[in-house]
Amino acid sequence: MFKKQIKSAILALIILTVITGVIYPLVVTGFAQLFFNKQANGSLIYSSGKPLGSRLIGQAFDDPKYFWGRNSATSSVCNAASSSGSNLGPSNPALLDEVNTRIKALKEAEPVNSDPIPVDLVTSSASGLDPHISLAAAYYQAPRIARVRGISRDTVKDIIRQHTYGRFLGLLGEPVVNVLEANLALDGYRNR
Amino acid sequence: MNLNNFIQIAIYLAILLLLVKPLGTYMARVYEGKPCGLNVWFGGLEKLIYRFIGTNPEQGMSWKTYAVAVMLFNIMGIIIVYAIQRLQAHLPLNPMAMPGVGADLSFNTAISFATNTNWQSYGGETTLSYFTQMMGLTVQNFVSAATGMAVLVASIRGFVQKQIETIGNFWVDLVRSTLYILLPLSLILALVLVSQGMVQTFKPSARVDLLQSIKDSNGKIVSQQEIALGPAASQIAIKQLGTNGGGFFNVNSAHPFENPTPLSNFLEVLAILLIAASLCYTFGYMVKDKRQGWALLIAMLIIFIPCLWASVHYEQKGNPLLNSLGIDQKHSVMQPGGNMEGKEARFGIVNSAIWATATTAASNGSVNSMHDSYMPLGGLVPMWLMQLGEVVFGGVGSGLYGMLAFVIVAVFISGLMIGRTPEYLGKKIESYEMKMAALILLIPHMCVLLGTALAVILPKARAAILNPGAHGFSEILYAFTSAGNNNGSAFAGLSTNTFFYNIALGLAMFFSRYWLIIPMLAIAGSLSKKKIVPASSGTLPTHTPLFIIFLVMVVLIVGALTFFPALSLGPIVEHLMLYKV
Repeated sequence: MFKKQIKSAILALIILTVITGVIYPLVVTGFAQLFFNKQANGSLIYSSGKPLGSRLIGQAFDDPKYFWGRNSATSSVCNAASSSGSNLGPSNPALLDEVNTRIKALKEAEPVNSDPIPVDLVTSSASGLDPHISLAAAYYQAPRIARVRGISRDTVKDIIRQHTYGRFLGLLGEPVVNVLEANLALDGYRNR
Repeated sequence: MNLNNFIQIAIYLAILLLLVKPLGTYMARVYEGKPCGLNVWFGGLEKLIYRFIGTNPEQGMSWKTYAVAVMLFNIMGIIIVYAIQRLQAHLPLNPMAMPGVGADLSFNTAISFATNTNWQSYGGETTLSYFTQMMGLTVQNFVSAATGMAVLVASIRGFVQKQIETIGNFWVDLVRSTLYILLPLSLILALVLVSQGMVQTFKPSARVDLLQSIKDSNGKIVSQQEIALGPAASQIAIKQLGTNGGGFFNVNSAHPFENPTPLSNFLEVLAILLIAASLCYTFGYMVKDKRQGWALLIAMLIIFIPCLWASVHYEQKGNPLLNSLGIDQKHSVMQPGGNMEGKEARFGIVNSAIWATATTAASNGSVNSMHDSYMPLGGLVPMWLMQLGEVVFGGVGSGLYGMLAFVIVAVFISGLMIGRTPEYLGKKIESYEMKMAALILLIPHMCVLLGTALAVILPKARAAILNPGAHGFSEILYAFTSAGNNNGSAFAGLSTNTFFYNIALGLAMFFSRYWLIIPMLAIAGSLSKKKIVPASSGTLPTHTPLFIIFLVMVVLIVGALTFFPALSLGPIVEHLMLYKV
């Protein structure tokens, strides 16, 4: 019984490896590359043939003229080769340090803004690569961007609206603004 | 809990429950060898596989042969995955030139994937080659799930068959689970996920110039971003459907390439519970009394829904420490609010909390938010759901056979209370079945508590903690809870890629998987030999609300009594300190 089952176990592993480890991923890759070429290769945004980034992968911004994204806990911020969350617990003093550092940076960049700061703007995302912020976090930054760039707040708000992604069917998920796309629009790139 | 939270939860549960009957029926037909539609296409291949393996599909196995086949197949898988990781530097499909993986980490990862746990001590994009992910991990994603389903089906046969020595053929159950259930569902899901932006490519990482250069913490200017890619979608689809949960990327389904949109999130979290929930219907179908299947599903929901509510509630309330800092944590049309540390903006609070609850109710263990950053009681929910023994949905197959062990205990206790011989589905439950069921209940508890106790004694193991105080204890408790119940999610602040944790968690995963499978098959073998006693007025009905509540109480009391002291030292005391109650 033992010998026969060992032989069956080895052969079963071989045949199932071929089916699920070779044929299946190759079939998925084939269809994916054929029908969803852009998505399957990382949803990269191009301008005149040069990749500017991925619309799904956040980039780090700390210049007051850009929208800032979520805090990123990856080593070297928004490191898309090594994703990581902060894993700071709710009672950890280091969490308060992280939040206070961001509050200070926001206040320095725009001292006159006394609105309460949306929570997602001062906390770390799970992936360290979150490409989005909440609508509240985007509108909170509009006065600063308008002032630094010398453009009207309505222009900034238009850009926010153009790069807002609503809930799926109005029901699922949360409405968000894509930070990289909005910043590219601020810099005059015409691409989405 | 606000209106949108409520709507999203309602949609999730409604669609899940709508799919239970069609998929449950389909799976029952597959296992009973009836025409299921796909056999027209795959029937020839199926026969070819049996000939290649050298098994006669008509020939059943005794429970001991079945157990030997399960163990040999799984141990062979562990050896292969270990070898592939060690040798990956010399194998093809390694465009990022990953070196071979260390011995203790390879040991841990091999057991992790073979046992359907998928604990991640490795960081996907920084440790493993595309070859390892496909030929090692993706394969185990399929076959570990299929193993669980096979053992469940063999157990169900124990209840259905009358005076028969055999409980089915493992190779047939394994191949049918893979070919007719897991493979087609994964193929469809993978392609839908790619359409949402999940990557599926063999190209190496992409490199882009950043729009704005930025100084990193060492003062170095960073002006480029390297974006890790890979054949992710094919693995993510089966990782969710097979309650595996091991990520292609380090942060699992929080990574935008592993979960790009609200739709991908919905489908993935649906896939987490889909097969495990539907198998309840399959059970009812196969024992020819669908009420029995619904009863088990209802018992699971009775535990699941309050846990889900609690998780959403505590996360939506936010962190009291941030209130004094001028931070807006309130929910509005402009923002989800709440405790957003370790959560993604596109998922907000409710989708993160649904996921955390579903992934730990099922023994999936994938995450779309960082559980370590949850509020104390928000993080208690996932921990406790695992500690109940992964029987609230649980792993595909393994969750339901775990629940059947609880049913055996429940009918035994109620039999004692009313002075009748305990029976379930016409089979007498005697001391042999009770002993085996007790093993199934107690072994995971032992792995969790002994492992945690050992880790907090050893200074080196304590040094792995990230968060100070009670939360640090929670990190260790969570790690052994996860490994000891084959879940795989983590309070990821704990640095577990060390010799101690790789070995200790590896052993916990091994014992809590196979030391449950063997007694379960023993129960199946013993029941299969028994007669079916016709129901009489003295029979305790096991589909009534009374029995459902009784079963829920047995599950909750065993879980609560065992873990309340440990939970008090971790999340409960942290909650009390945080709110200064």
